[in-house]
Amino acid sequence: MIEVKNLVKSFDDKVILDDVSVTFEKGKTNLIIGASGSGKSVMLKNIVGLFKPDSGDILYNGRDFINAHRDLKTDIRREIGMLFQGGALFDSMTVEQNIKFPLDILTKMPEDEKLDRVNFCLKRVKLENTNKQMPSEISGGMQKRVGIARAIVNSSQYLFCDEPNSGLDPVTSIKIDRLLAEITEEYQITTVIVTHDMNSVMEIGEYIMFLSNSHKLWEGNSDEIMQSGVQELDEFVFANKMMRKFRDQ
Amino acid sequence: MKSLGKYLLFISSLFKNRESFKTYVKLTFEECMLVGINSIVLVGLVSLFIGAVSTLQTAFNLVNPLIPDSVVGLVVRDLTILELAPTITAIIFAGKVGSSIAGNLGTMRITEQIDALEVMGINSASYLVLPKIVGTLIMYPLLVILAGVLAISGGFLAAKFGGVVSTADYFTGLKMDFNQFTVTFALIKSVVFGFLVSSISSYMGFFTKGGALEVGQASTRAVTVSCIAILFSDFILAQLLLVR
Repeated sequence: MIEVKNLVKSFDDKVILDDVSVTFEKGKTNLIIGASGSGKSVMLKNIVGLFKPDSGDILYNGRDFINAHRDLKTDIRREIGMLFQGGALFDSMTVEQNIKFPLDILTKMPEDEKLDRVNFCLKRVKLENTNKQMPSEISGGMQKRVGIARAIVNSSQYLFCDEPNSGLDPVTSIKIDRLLAEITEEYQITTVIVTHDMNSVMEIGEYIMFLSNSHKLWEGNSDEIMQSGVQELDEFVFANKMMRKFRDQ
Repeated sequence: MKSLGKYLLFISSLFKNRESFKTYVKLTFEECMLVGINSIVLVGLVSLFIGAVSTLQTAFNLVNPLIPDSVVGLVVRDLTILELAPTITAIIFAGKVGSSIAGNLGTMRITEQIDALEVMGINSASYLVLPKIVGTLIMYPLLVILAGVLAISGGFLAAKFGGVVSTADYFTGLKMDFNQFTVTFALIKSVVFGFLVSSISSYMGFFTKGGALEVGQASTRAVTVSCIAILFSDFILAQLLLVR
């Protein structure tokens, strides 16, 4: 479980997150949604420690992440897996080396065990026999799946995804969404996904938090989102014609 | 001043929260290959020709019959050891390796590969930059030695085939009034220049913000700032170590 309490973050004089509090539960796919520039990615980067908040607390299973000693912070970070918007695969390494990388650096596992684990993760994301390919030789959707495999290879407790569907076609997007939801349930991890894709929201949104103008405006699940009664959220949810048609029916 | 402070903090961050020694050995070996071995041809060619041209031009300027021909060898030797081998090679090195380091790290930054390392709990600066600096500190002095040997050899070839000075006079000049400290001085400079090029280029690349355009700008800035730092430190070192 991850608890975010009264998070404030600004860049120069511009406040990006203003007193945001939220709890992300274990075994659930937690979604942070909002329009572009609403602070979703900034929030995610604060939670994983890539940005330092101006104030507020972030607790990983009760462990204070922001004020933690360097060793504890490193320990917590080693329980985190993250899928970046562009995959962020190391382009000088093969698919296998990319996935094995966290094991090489963070564990003392024997080489054959590492390879077994890599192959297991590749199979889990349905990318068997791509071990020796370079990231530049595979498609965007495959890169995302390799990114997911790398994020879970070290048995991560927390999985963060920044716009996992960006640049992907609808079919591949849904495959990625379902894969993330399956992994979350199967390994009982805490998954936090930043997205503005309404398909993802409806498909896997067990907990949804809506960010707008630096504040958390609404929280709920995919069943409740259609009747939120929050004007900004309605504008976001029903921005496209298909969703409006769905509402009117 | 702000940038200098940020640069010093960056350098100090390389030694915090490091990974295992074994990890660095492997990475440093890879960097030695990239930084050193891949630069041998360029450094070798440039040094050979600079040595040859220095011999021809020195001989061309020595028109006074009272000055013996052997002075050509002496001038080429001191010019090579004191300045051409360590400093000119450093400028070439900054252009080739410095821009490559900055471009590589800049691309890793904008494609979130550095963020990925940080999220894994790895000190990305230490993991990525320390092997580059250590690799350069090992390989650059060796390149300077190679550059010196090849420049003097280039001078010999020019003497032999250019006919401006006899090879016997050239060798006599090479051995004339030799001060061993000049070699020590060249090696001290090579360590300082190697550190400056690798650390400045890494700093420029590591803190790149934006996109492809900014990566290109970071590479250019890395070369420019490295060259200025080389020339400035060259003067300081000469003042400190040669002027009595």
